[in-house]
Amino acid sequence: MAIVKVNCIMTLGFITVLLVYQLVGEIISTGLGLPLPGPVVGMGLLFLSLIIKGGLPEGLKNTAKGLLSHLSLLFVPAGVGVMMHLHLLANEWQAITVALIGSTVLTILVTAGVMIGLTRLTGDSPSAEEIKND
Amino acid sequence: MTEEFYRIWVYLSTEPLLGLTVTLVAYQAGMWVYSKGKLNPLLNPVLIAVVILVGLLMLTGTDYQTYFDGAKFVHFMLGPATVALAVPLYSQFQKVKSTFPVILASILFGSATAALSAIGIAWVMGASEQTLLSLAPKSVTAPIAMGIAEAVGGVPSLTAVLVILTGIIGAVIGPGVLNLFRIKDWRARGVAGGTASHGIGTARALQVSEVAGAFASLAMGLNGLATAILLPILLGWLF
Repeated sequence: MAIVKVNCIMTLGFITVLLVYQLVGEIISTGLGLPLPGPVVGMGLLFLSLIIKGGLPEGLKNTAKGLLSHLSLLFVPAGVGVMMHLHLLANEWQAITVALIGSTVLTILVTAGVMIGLTRLTGDSPSAEEIKND
Repeated sequence: MTEEFYRIWVYLSTEPLLGLTVTLVAYQAGMWVYSKGKLNPLLNPVLIAVVILVGLLMLTGTDYQTYFDGAKFVHFMLGPATVALAVPLYSQFQKVKSTFPVILASILFGSATAALSAIGIAWVMGASEQTLLSLAPKSVTAPIAMGIAEAVGGVPSLTAVLVILTGIIGAVIGPGVLNLFRIKDWRARGVAGGTASHGIGTARALQVSEVAGAFASLAMGLNGLATAILLPILLGWLF
């Protein structure tokens, strides 16, 4: 079986830390009536905490790695829910297909374009290893 | 014999164990195909797993709720995993501190472009409001995108599938589009790939350049945060 090997130990302590951040995120999100999902608020808070703390505990790094190594498995159950909305896909597949392709191309070009423009503007030119060789 | 089999099925089909187990088996089947196909983005393991499971549920006449009673144990881990995305985000942030303001600005433009262009194109082509709202967060990594879809009134499960399709499209045509416009800076290529097509674009970037992979990974996390904050505001103006 093609399973990514996880050579790290997830610790109960850091799983608890993640759950506490999620819980606080949910409380802030619902409490303030924010349109942000609770776990995203929790993620933002953890990111800020790490910046303030100025370092990444080894245990947290390993726990996150373990949890994220099969991140894509975690959205399979929700994805299967599309079976209840197959009529939307069946009726609107043309609009959806054109929107997905068109928007992806535009997003790539705008993001890369702004990035190239701004790095030139700030004089932050790429080093040799940051350039693609043809 | 058939009667015995039927009794076992009736028992198992109402137990959470079955839904949980088939989810893991279907995902590993997807991973197997994906690795046999040399990590070709078209053979996305999640998409394969979803197709297998939807087919299985329809064949056996099982409703989604019954399946989800088992699969929810996997689904629950999405919350803490989303919080855990802060860890790679922080690691990448440390590496690219000096370029950070430029990256952030690029991602804000990318995030707005992704949502507005998808909504605009689909709207012109007559898509329903439900579809428009589900499409809006399609460039964001799935766990965050589903949360955003729920918050703005879209359909999270439809969003999950659209997110995966977006990732596949970005991974397949992204490098060609960037070549066409002669964009050779790996940093810009990575940020564009991670912003437009999240984890699938990031995996693609990592296959060709470590620099692009690092920037893509940072862009994926930041775009999730940026879109979660930006999208409700943009939608407030539109709808």
